[in-house]
Amino acid sequence: MSKTYYDPADLRKFGKITEWNEELGNKFFDYYGKVFEEGALTAREKSLIALAVAHTEQCPYCIDAYTKDSLQRGITKEQMMEAIHVGAAIKSGATLVHGVQMMNKVNKLDG
Amino acid sequence: MATKSLKARNNDLANTQRQMEILSNGIFADGELPTFANKIKETNQLPLRPKKLEILQINLGYMCNQVCAHCHVDAGPDRKEIMTIETMQQCLDVIKKTEAHTLDLTGGAPEMNPNFRWFVEEASKAGIKDFIVRSNLTIIRANKKYYDLPEFFKKHNVHVVSSMPHWTRGKTDKQRGDGVFDKSIKALQMLNEVGYGMEGSNLKLDLVYNPSGAFLPGDQMALENDFKKALKDDFNIDFHSLFAITNLPISRFLDYLIASENYEDYMHSLVDAYNPAAVENVMCTNTLSISWDGWLYDCDFNQMLNLKVNSKVKHISEYNEELLQDRNIIINQHCYGCTAGAGSSCQGVVA
Ligand code: SF4
Ligand code: SF4
Repeated sequence: MSKTYYDPADLRKFGKITEWNEELGNKFFDYYGKVFEEGALTAREKSLIALAVAHTEQCPYCIDAYTKDSLQRGITKEQMMEAIHVGAAIKSGATLVHGVQMMNKVNKLDG
Repeated sequence: MATKSLKARNNDLANTQRQMEILSNGIFADGELPTFANKIKETNQLPLRPKKLEILQINLGYMCNQVCAHCHVDAGPDRKEIMTIETMQQCLDVIKKTEAHTLDLTGGAPEMNPNFRWFVEEASKAGIKDFIVRSNLTIIRANKKYYDLPEFFKKHNVHVVSSMPHWTRGKTDKQRGDGVFDKSIKALQMLNEVGYGMEGSNLKLDLVYNPSGAFLPGDQMALENDFKKALKDDFNIDFHSLFAITNLPISRFLDYLIASENYEDYMHSLVDAYNPAAVENVMCTNTLSISWDGWLYDCDFNQMLNLKVNSKVKHISEYNEELLQDRNIIINQHCYGCTAGAGSSCQGVVA
């Protein structure tokens, strides 16, 4: 048994989560499948969004899965890195924008 | 990137027996993954049998001006195997008497065979409906003596099918060698100039895309759209269709999978993506592959694994279509490459 939290081989077992709750598991996979279908957004755009979110969520399984998915769609490494920067910018922006709350509080308490 | 074939490097995998051992052992031998034979047995498709013969694929030799990283032929400038004029004559005799509608010349770089032009001239007289030459494009720019190939192809109404790994320079050169992208672009422009690939033109120019690494090709239509847009915007290039092809785990691609520690994952991906609907149309069911030395195979991949047809007739010199049709196709784990996702053949997706 490996002593790490994450095992890349576990990604292949993702589908097994339905075994312990078939109804909810299937509902999730139906939903998941629908989300990634071609729609108002292309499947390729969705793949890049997923790749960026995989990074902000820091999920190693999703990073592996959507890196591979991006490559399969012919997406270049430059495009992938740009998507990650979008995720990173939103994440750091979201941190920083809360600075306004801090400033408001300081001004109220220590005006 | 290596500049020589596995054979010239005395690499273990130049031995097809060794490749077969790797393919049959490990995850397949211990039952972690089902063997291809067992998989197609589930849908009563074992043994795999040929349908009507439609395509004759002839390999004119393993010599090539490139040494692409993933070449399943293990071709390269150091490979000297080349079809002789005698064997070509035997092929012509067969072309004349078969009802197959497609003739598919491949290699290596088929144009490097010194008798290539003679063969094309003779074969084009045989009234074949679709006469394909698989050109790696750069050969057209490799030497002055090849500059007129586009005109030559046009004269014989040859259908040109060319490999193009990506619409970006970086990805193409990584798989096929430095400078390949620029030369390929120039060659495509030369083909366009004589009328190949233009909308409405019957001078057919199709591109073949295969992934640059250990992953499967995405949706063929979406890739075709991306290729068309990028090549038009950047280089004003037109072509007809794009065929997306899965890399089969043999020869230099197998070597790459093992060296990069991707072999097991890749086989898992192929098996996970197994599509029973693709089995019906795998190319061995309507194709016969003939090697440079005249041996007969179910497909180009079996040729590279040295798996000759399972028939009394094994050589072009003793060709007998009726006897050949009555055979079982030889399959192994590499066949998963033809049945993953939308399936894969020399003409792209099959399901
Ligand atoms: S051009 Fe084709 S035959 Fe030549 S090395 Fe590349 S993949 Fe192999
Ligand atoms: S590798 Fe050859 S024999 Fe196997 S399924 Fe593909 S075409 Fe048929």
